[in-house]
Amino acid sequence: MNYETVIGLEVHVELKTKTKIFCGCRNASGAEPNTHVCPVCLGHPGTLPVLNEEAVDLALRAALALHCHINQDNKFDRKNYFYPDLPKGYQISQYDRPIGEHGYVTIEVGGVEKRIGITRLHLEEDAGKSTHSIDGTHTLVDYNRTGVPLVEIVSEPDIRSPEEARLYLEALRSILLYCRVSDCKMEEGSLRCDANISLRPLGSETFGNKAELKNMNSFRNVERGLEHEVVRQTAVLSSGGTVVQETRRFDEATQTTLSMRSKEEAHDYRYFADPDLVRVHIDDVWMESARAQIPELPQAKMARYRRDYELSAYDAGVLTAEVEVARYFEELIAGGVPAKTASNWVMGDLLAYLNSTHRTMDQSPVSPAQLAALIGEIESNRISLKQGREVFRLMAESGKSAAAIIEERGMVQLSDESALGSILDEVLANNPKSVEDYLGGKEKALAALVGQTMKATKGQANPGIVNKLLLEKLAGKKG
Amino acid sequence: MMETVKQIQESLAKRETKPSEWVAKALQQIDAHDGQIGAFLTVDREQALAAAKRLDETETEQVERSGPQPLFGIPYALKDNICTEGLRTTAASRILENYIPPYSATVLHRLEGAGGVLVGKTNMDEFAMGSSTETSAFQVTHNPHRVGHVPGGSSGGSAAAVAANMVPFALGSDTGGSIRQPAAFCGVVGVKPTYGRVSRYGLIAFASSLDQIGPFTQTVEDAAIVLNAICGFDPLDSTSTQRKAERFDEDLAAGVRGLRVGVLRHAVDGGVDAGVAAAFQKAMEVLKDAGAELVEMDLPHLDYAVATYYLLAPAEASSNLARYDGVRYGRRVEAATLLDMYEKSRSEGFGREVKRRIMIGTYALSSGYYDAYYLRAQKMRTLIRQDFTEAFATCDVIASPTVPTPAFAIGEKVDNPLQMYLNDIFTIPANLAGLPSISVPCGAVDGLPVGLQLVGQAFAEKTLLRVAYAYEQMRGFERSLGSEEVGQ
Ligand SMILES: [Zn+2]
Repeated sequence: MNYETVIGLEVHVELKTKTKIFCGCRNASGAEPNTHVCPVCLGHPGTLPVLNEEAVDLALRAALALHCHINQDNKFDRKNYFYPDLPKGYQISQYDRPIGEHGYVTIEVGGVEKRIGITRLHLEEDAGKSTHSIDGTHTLVDYNRTGVPLVEIVSEPDIRSPEEARLYLEALRSILLYCRVSDCKMEEGSLRCDANISLRPLGSETFGNKAELKNMNSFRNVERGLEHEVVRQTAVLSSGGTVVQETRRFDEATQTTLSMRSKEEAHDYRYFADPDLVRVHIDDVWMESARAQIPELPQAKMARYRRDYELSAYDAGVLTAEVEVARYFEELIAGGVPAKTASNWVMGDLLAYLNSTHRTMDQSPVSPAQLAALIGEIESNRISLKQGREVFRLMAESGKSAAAIIEERGMVQLSDESALGSILDEVLANNPKSVEDYLGGKEKALAALVGQTMKATKGQANPGIVNKLLLEKLAGKKG
Repeated sequence: MMETVKQIQESLAKRETKPSEWVAKALQQIDAHDGQIGAFLTVDREQALAAAKRLDETETEQVERSGPQPLFGIPYALKDNICTEGLRTTAASRILENYIPPYSATVLHRLEGAGGVLVGKTNMDEFAMGSSTETSAFQVTHNPHRVGHVPGGSSGGSAAAVAANMVPFALGSDTGGSIRQPAAFCGVVGVKPTYGRVSRYGLIAFASSLDQIGPFTQTVEDAAIVLNAICGFDPLDSTSTQRKAERFDEDLAAGVRGLRVGVLRHAVDGGVDAGVAAAFQKAMEVLKDAGAELVEMDLPHLDYAVATYYLLAPAEASSNLARYDGVRYGRRVEAATLLDMYEKSRSEGFGREVKRRIMIGTYALSSGYYDAYYLRAQKMRTLIRQDFTEAFATCDVIASPTVPTPAFAIGEKVDNPLQMYLNDIFTIPANLAGLPSISVPCGAVDGLPVGLQLVGQAFAEKTLLRVAYAYEQMRGFERSLGSEEVGQ
């Protein structure tokens, strides 16, 4: 029998606010344990939460960017459960009125656009981080993360393959990065993903028993974990078995999933409205100002690049995948660089250099203005493209401008035809074999002669002029 | 006898006395009588004397710098559920037996800013759950009017401390009558302000939507003076009101002519002690003679108030008390597993009444029961609010006895929680509706004080105080009832 895969994702994203959601502590990761804490986020007796409106603002922006319907009257609820990393014994969350509902993300699968529905997006506080000792005798808790604002984004069960799950996550991450609501670093936990997956006979409308997948720390692992589940569940069903409804953990070492608990614990969270907080009304003015904070989103940008700059789908995709890359590209264009040239530089030398030095675009040592100036030098034939690429490397390493490096190194392009002419005569005289080959019909020999000329001029010869003169001289010999 | 806040203010203003003399007097009274009464859990002697000495020395400078402080040099006590940085705060629970808060409640900052001197922390029912101060994990508090009787609760220690002349004023907290009921039992004035008037930041939560801090004093005027100091917006409490601060002592003497006093029909029903009913009726005559118009009125849903309260308050409490898990502070019983640690720490740390309410509250919020209990109780709360809105169309304040009976004997009701809960029938509605309410002494039954309760419209504390003041001036007896009392 053929089975259809049904996947829904629950994504938690930390919001990039200055302070925590209900107290004045800094929202920053990487600090010494328990240094960004206060009586409020430690849940001391008598303390009270006060809502940080910046968190609402970022959640609202994210919900709008994901095409959600916005609930303008917001309340907060308590989700009650005991755990050492949850200081109050309850998590402040939004239960029956999430800030956003009924949104969607568009992905492209095999060249076809597909919408993945978003059931809800709600605001809540993060818990602390527990570290269990290896011998199991004690647990250490870091409360720095306690009270960091989160949005939980729950998708509809619209995802039909592990690949679609990855595409959805990539699209979602890209939108959130564009909106500057989170830095979405899965390795650091600022984006976390749980997946629900089930199979059903192709054509069936009812859902099969699902497994909830946890502990995947990269998009690639989400895809792999789901792939493994498809194989596992198919085997169970094909042999006439039933999939156990349970929580499973992705095991990175074996690239498989393992059962976490045999019996699903029945949680009763006893939700009720938090009496310590008042309702938050998002008025139309607030809605509009949040909307104004949403930039052109990746899909719209990609379409525009393809249309206006005639870039390929692949190039437009690379340039818009990260907002900083797109911004850099657009600044080059604003600096007068032709789109195709700008695209080549960004996707070529610039990204290669950043990757090799493990840097991100916002850490680029060469600014768009500096790169535009370098490209100007090449376009005006002052230096060759080959020289330009060398200059770029030197700029990246030294931080100096293109002009300064060209000056320092005396890198001037030889475009003077009479000067080049005598060098060419010499090259032709020294390479009779190549000349002969060319005249004998081997056109490739021309490249060897150009190469020799460049070598003789230490790369300073204008390749266009070299080509032209060579062809003229060889034509003369033919005659 | 302890002078009133007003009298101490005047004496200090005339430089007849110094702050340290008043603090010393408070400490002497505590030394002399608290062995018998048991009002205090912690007396902060050294700090209080040092603070008073500083005030003695800096008085002139202080007045020149920022004008006279309203509570300058006046000793006071706080209920032990109000957090005081560096000073043990227990909520009268084993689970917080050695808890030293890392911060102070907003009211403490306000009282310090007003020049008051904290002398100690008072006994209470554990986590404010009780009506007699008998659920305290640490000690029994006696009614200064008759040792062997309860002072009321849950703020019994604060009420007894003022009644026994140990401090001129004290703060308590009122969730379903926990200020007004002990004020009535102990023969002092107690005020529960409108919900949101006084910051709850630093008040150990029992039921967050009902809790409110308020004063115990000897006179209505003193209550107004203390309210001046503790009311006002606090950015640390989202439920605190942004309204401008008021001078509550301004129009006290404006009289009651033209004011309509609603007389609750239930007030003299069968459930009310005959002596209490008689004292209440006499008080109504006093107000009538003073020029008030008496209007008979009803709160149609009053009969449901106690049931509503005993679902909502425990529901909130079950969540509020989840933080006492032995992980970060408070009592921890070491155990092999996490679940064991939770269970042992909480079973040893909480007393019977607290456990009872956590269980009721957990049940009321559980899936399958939420609609039948919690949600219905919320709907009833709305109806009770509406009752008040309608009632205030015909009257300005609503009068009733504060409690249906005078103080009962220690141990008398401890095994009958239902009877104990019914004690709160007149006080609970004001909490459910978030309204201001005052209890002022209105006589005695066999030497045990009786309280007159007035409930006003939201933020109409001034009207409430005006009526209470007029009554106090005309009632024809002093607060002190006789030589039988402890602390005279
Ligand atoms: Zn904090």
